[in-house]
Amino acid sequence: MIPIDLIQKTAETLMDKAAIDIPEDYLSGLQKASETEDGDLSSFVLKAMLENYEAAKQDRRAMCGDTGVPRWFVKLGNEASVEGGMCALETALRRATAHATNGVPLRPNRVHPLWRTDHDNNVGIGAPEIEYGFEPEGDWIDLITVHKGGLFGTDYRMLFPSDGIQGIKRFYLDSLMAFGKRGLACQPAIIGIGLGGSKDICMTLGKRASVLRTVGSRNSDLRIAEMEEEFKELGNSIGMGAMGFVGKNMVVQCNIEVGYCHTGGMPMSVHAFCLSSRRAVARIFPDGRVEHRTDPDWFTPYQRRETVEWDPLREAAE
Amino acid sequence: MKPREIRLSTTPTPEAIAELRLGDIVYLDGLMYTAREGVYMRALEEQANIPMELPSESAANFHCSPAARINADGSFDMGAVTATASFRFAKWLPEWMEKTGAKLIIGKGGMTSKDYKSYFVPNGAVYLSTVGYGTGALLGRGVENVEAVHWNEELGLAQAMWVIRCRKMGPFIVASDLNGDCLFERENAKIAQNIDRVYEGTKPAVLKRYGESDDRSDEVI
Repeated sequence: MIPIDLIQKTAETLMDKAAIDIPEDYLSGLQKASETEDGDLSSFVLKAMLENYEAAKQDRRAMCGDTGVPRWFVKLGNEASVEGGMCALETALRRATAHATNGVPLRPNRVHPLWRTDHDNNVGIGAPEIEYGFEPEGDWIDLITVHKGGLFGTDYRMLFPSDGIQGIKRFYLDSLMAFGKRGLACQPAIIGIGLGGSKDICMTLGKRASVLRTVGSRNSDLRIAEMEEEFKELGNSIGMGAMGFVGKNMVVQCNIEVGYCHTGGMPMSVHAFCLSSRRAVARIFPDGRVEHRTDPDWFTPYQRRETVEWDPLREAAE
Repeated sequence: MKPREIRLSTTPTPEAIAELRLGDIVYLDGLMYTAREGVYMRALEEQANIPMELPSESAANFHCSPAARINADGSFDMGAVTATASFRFAKWLPEWMEKTGAKLIIGKGGMTSKDYKSYFVPNGAVYLSTVGYGTGALLGRGVENVEAVHWNEELGLAQAMWVIRCRKMGPFIVASDLNGDCLFERENAKIAQNIDRVYEGTKPAVLKRYGESDDRSDEVI
């Protein structure tokens, strides 16, 4: 049984870490970008961002004033059980979100879409989002928080098999062009592409591709991994850099995730996880151990399984 | 080439504004206030009295919601400070400028050259963009003191009017000048030369969408 107090305490720590400490994988990706950037203005911007991460760490203040829309991904090992049950878990995550908003402090971004009611704590109807995943073995729980911007850089389109790879490329470029100008997408970004699924799940896949995979990761399907590399190069060949200034760094990493879709369609979504790519992860064990990390390690073989039954031995042999 | 760095008052003289060139890096000193859609609607549409003497106290309007809290004793803690995209406020800005004499509009991503020419230039105002976006922690360091917060009860912390005393707050980038030229449009024009090459071989989607533009040299703002 995983103690509920430990869940809430850990969740508060994660909110704090995500807001303040840029993950190492993104930082090294941006440092590389900064070394290659030769546009005067875009180069200035990248250097300022690198200074900003340092300032945030030194002062223990949020790296970005815009908290985005903080959300939670929760993954449970099949044998995990939470003290008080799953409703207690959700309450703990809502409490942690509210406390950290006041504590760090973070910007209270969440309002009612029509009445603009603001509880000043990032909690409200459906906020923060909490999504779940499961793994076949383990008695632990993974808490992942992500603070991602909520306004620009994301788009969806229903494509069809006849659109082919050239149609996918075009929509990808369109998304970068539309939201890259003036830097609305806060690039260079981790671009996540969702291909397939139903419409709503297509959006979810793209979101997860951008926020739950690290810079340097590769899809386990080698042909998709090649596409990821090709799309990164394509995005960086536009000639647009940070803030939409002339430059060569738009995409720090391109991650593609797929799901089976309707036989007649090929839905696609594009997401940009920004210059403040904020994520923090902890695994909590029933004995009270807490292991912090920044790689969500979400897309395990189990999450990408294709078969009816789950048989890891057979999967490994293939 | 390294961009030029300039210290600027938040109640700048016309001469100081005329000095600014596109791409200059600016650091601000003096009082600035945050105002975005909540404040604009309350002051302009609901005709509420603006709780500051403008522009004598400040001519710098920041499109910003800070990461901040009001403590139980009434004091403030302000952590990170980041701008929000300004193009959405074009609807209110002409009237706001006329009413408040704002000379520096500070935010994310700038406005169009049409906006600059039609009401920035006649008001002797320019646009400063935050950098990144966003250098929230660096800008937070430039907050010397939070002087007041207005309308937080009515609008919530994010939309409230925060009054900030800045000391060397920055960096900001000069994104418009007194000719009404736009830094972002200048950069767009350079990048537009690559569009045909980058899109070569790609094909339009088989299912069309009703839309507003199909010209990639256009902007969507």
